[in-house]
Amino acid sequence: MGDTMDAAIAAKRLTKYFHDVCAVDEVSFEVRDGEVFGFLGPNGAGKTTTINILTGLARPTSGSLCILGQEVTGNIKRAQHWMGIVPDESNLYPELDGRENLCFCASLYGMRWREREARARELLEQFGLTAVARRHFGAYSKGMKRKLTIAAGIIHRPRILFLDEPTTGIDVASAREIRRLLAELNQAGTTIFLTTHYIEEAERLCHRIAFLVDGRLVRVDTLGNLVRAVQDKHTVELSASGGLGEMRSLLRDAFPNEHFEEISDTRVLVRTDHPLPLAPLIRLLEQHGIQVTEARVIRPSLEDVFVQITGLELARMKNESSRS
Amino acid sequence: MTGWIAYYSILRKDMRSYYLKPPNISWGLIFPLAWTLMFFVRSETDVDVRTLLPGVMALSILFGTTSMLAVTVTFEKRGRSFERLLLAPISLELLMWAKTSGAVFFGAVNAFVPVVLAAFLADLSGVIWWQLVLAVILVAVSSAFLGLLIAVCVKEVFEAQTFSNFFRFPMVFLCGLFFPIDQLPGLLQPLAYLLPLTYGADLLHEAVQSSGRFPVAVNLAALVTFCVLLFWVSLHRIRQSWIG
Repeated sequence: MGDTMDAAIAAKRLTKYFHDVCAVDEVSFEVRDGEVFGFLGPNGAGKTTTINILTGLARPTSGSLCILGQEVTGNIKRAQHWMGIVPDESNLYPELDGRENLCFCASLYGMRWREREARARELLEQFGLTAVARRHFGAYSKGMKRKLTIAAGIIHRPRILFLDEPTTGIDVASAREIRRLLAELNQAGTTIFLTTHYIEEAERLCHRIAFLVDGRLVRVDTLGNLVRAVQDKHTVELSASGGLGEMRSLLRDAFPNEHFEEISDTRVLVRTDHPLPLAPLIRLLEQHGIQVTEARVIRPSLEDVFVQITGLELARMKNESSRS
Repeated sequence: MTGWIAYYSILRKDMRSYYLKPPNISWGLIFPLAWTLMFFVRSETDVDVRTLLPGVMALSILFGTTSMLAVTVTFEKRGRSFERLLLAPISLELLMWAKTSGAVFFGAVNAFVPVVLAAFLADLSGVIWWQLVLAVILVAVSSAFLGLLIAVCVKEVFEAQTFSNFFRFPMVFLCGLFFPIDQLPGLLQPLAYLLPLTYGADLLHEAVQSSGRFPVAVNLAALVTFCVLLFWVSLHRIRQSWIG
């Protein structure tokens, strides 16, 4: 760990029990000023509980917390002015319109009338919501609700923005736009603490990533370092005219050092620890009357890292992503 | 200053979103009116309006404050918008005072509806106004804090409504508004002294008819104690269960 005085957030051995259940187990990490820090894990891993402890919606059973160099364990109110919080559900007031919601949230941070009106206008413009500024929040689409909730989280220009699953349950276009807005915010100097179970989201946005499984932090590192660990793994996807299923035992016998994973009768994945010469493989298939139509090299991704480090089945993450 | 800007905004939003809605305004007017008429119709002889006034005022405050506050706080907690308030850099005490202020104001305004009606029907020149206003404020604050306590003890809006009635109706009959406490069965009399409305009703009787049972200072001290106790227990409960 570095110097906690330089860290935007420094959590040390944070633990949270709900009766006998340990939701967060001695979690320690630092978030550097100005970075996007991803907190990645499946549902129930303890992400929301951790974010609740960091923001003041839950008290840790033990452990300590420093925000922007100040020890705030047991007195988080001191730090709440520097924080913007975007919860996993859009929780603004359905009976107020977009502008009123933003102005109300600004007033909670002590902003005066003129200042909050101007800031609300600026954010509505930035988030593309000016046209619906007078529409009740309850009548917004899911994507608009999410954007306005993020705007409400940054209305007071916080130094640290906490986002809990910011793109869960919204359409692809809105999710993309939200990621763009978050990247802009970070470029403007806001430290972002992001929890997500979308691996590709963490991959696109985060400078450093922490893996949380069953309340325990299993790894914290930069994206580059994490991916480097699986860079010696090579995966090639072969597409053929058909009959690959029948060829499986033949392929295994001919290439015993490679691992063949059948996706369908026309597609197969070949995993190896070394660069794979494709010509002998294609030749063998063609000799047996199978025409190879495509061979695609698949780069190692954060998904592979996650599976390797946590031992979690990829299917579990994917199931949880689709469930949310 | 940050805290007071937030306080004013929360109060203003609650007044707009909940209390100043047409159904609530009409409830605030119709409810005291209905109680007054009920007593007039029930009585076969001429009724002294001044005898009825403290009871009708107390009921208007009690029902106006507890029902609204218990429901609105539970509603915001369910919709998670209450989390937004808990995450704001203002003290929990100021936040909950802001949430209850709307109910206190609503209850106090409700209390003066029967006073305006009574002014047309009876001579109110003997009323001790400063005592009446103080009584209304203290009954409104203690009732609002009772509503807050109910709100922090339940999860669903329907539970808040049911739980409110569990407290309100026994309180109405035990607090000495309509039956003198010394005429209650012996077992129920100690219970009457444990209710904030007993002291509020007595203060109202004293202000309207100079017929209070306890000294004014005792009523004031009891009401202030109930207010502090209810507020403290509510905050403790919020800290335990909502910021767990």
